[in-house]
Amino acid sequence: MKIAIASGKGGTGKTLISTNLFWAAQKNDQYITIVDCDAEEPNVAEFISGKGIKSTQVTQKLPIIDAQKCNLCGACYDFCNYHAIVYIPESQYIKIIEDLCHDCGACLVACKTGAITEIEKPLGSVNTAAINSHTLSIESCANVGIYSPVPVIKKAISASKNLGTVLYDAPPGISCPFIATAESADYVVLVSEPTPFGLNDLKLSVETLDHLNKKYGVVVNRAGLGDDAVYQWLKEKNITLLAEIPFDREIARIYSEGHLLVDKIPSYQSVFTQLLHNIKNQIAQ
Amino acid sequence: MKIAITSTGNNTESTIDSRFGRCTYFAIYDTETQGLEFVPNQSKDNVEGAGPASAQLVASRGVQKVISGEFGAKVKDIFDSLKIQLIVVHDDKKQIGSIIEMLNNAKN
Repeated sequence: MKIAIASGKGGTGKTLISTNLFWAAQKNDQYITIVDCDAEEPNVAEFISGKGIKSTQVTQKLPIIDAQKCNLCGACYDFCNYHAIVYIPESQYIKIIEDLCHDCGACLVACKTGAITEIEKPLGSVNTAAINSHTLSIESCANVGIYSPVPVIKKAISASKNLGTVLYDAPPGISCPFIATAESADYVVLVSEPTPFGLNDLKLSVETLDHLNKKYGVVVNRAGLGDDAVYQWLKEKNITLLAEIPFDREIARIYSEGHLLVDKIPSYQSVFTQLLHNIKNQIAQ
Repeated sequence: MKIAITSTGNNTESTIDSRFGRCTYFAIYDTETQGLEFVPNQSKDNVEGAGPASAQLVASRGVQKVISGEFGAKVKDIFDSLKIQLIVVHDDKKQIGSIIEMLNNAKN
């Protein structure tokens, strides 16, 4: 069972929900893994720490053109589906645009003069920590300045294969990093807040997940803030409200100190246990 | 000398297009012959790589200067190594005709 915790809007409480849900899951399930898929700003380790057992570098192959061997035939340019090669025969110019290269290797096949070779470009790392005998945390961590964190996220997700119940703490937004995370999940928990921004971004997330044919439900965080437009919309769309977490300064304080809510305010233990139960029911439906 | 100007339309009344890679047309003006040609930008709606593809288009036309509102980071390197000069015009109400007039005046 793989559950992604996501949100269109950043800062709605994905990590708050996923780390506390992790607590509930490790009480109930034998094997449980949490994957921090927010590779550009991973922070699950602030809340759940373990003993580092493995760190794997993620790299991308990048083609290099040897100007001595290149006869400017343009075959690599014709083969490249991603417009990553700029070819101007009039100016005897050929260049690979690093950020557009998808590491497909087609240019290597196309080149008949042996002018193209590949180098390894570091993209980030996947760091695994053992929390106890049956729980793991896997963190995706992208290097600063890389074009896309998606290859790093995918590596982290594939490292969590066959590891029992897996929670993905998804990256914010609805672009490629989110999609890379959501498409691997059996169920997506969308965390929103009852504000116009929260509702707007929730609608975008729902639209995306409908395209992906994913099951999802909603957790309203900071309930009591804003208005009731989110609730009306959920009702109208017949989307399940899985849980509500109230707007409470104390929760923000506990979170900012890197603690789990369930540890500091034990009454939330039943809230997250119930949330896990609701998610499982939804998946079973 | 040929100069490319990013344009929102295909006539001299059209205003400059503020984006290089995703402009609608390239107005290619030849200062010697005073010939003007409007080339539609085929890569305008590319998901990614519109800039490099546009750079390739104008460079393959033998352009030596490019005038636009804004250039992305990826095209800067390409134009630098091709020794094509980039000119930024911030006034997006400027019409192609008036830019050409300025180029003609500068020449004389």
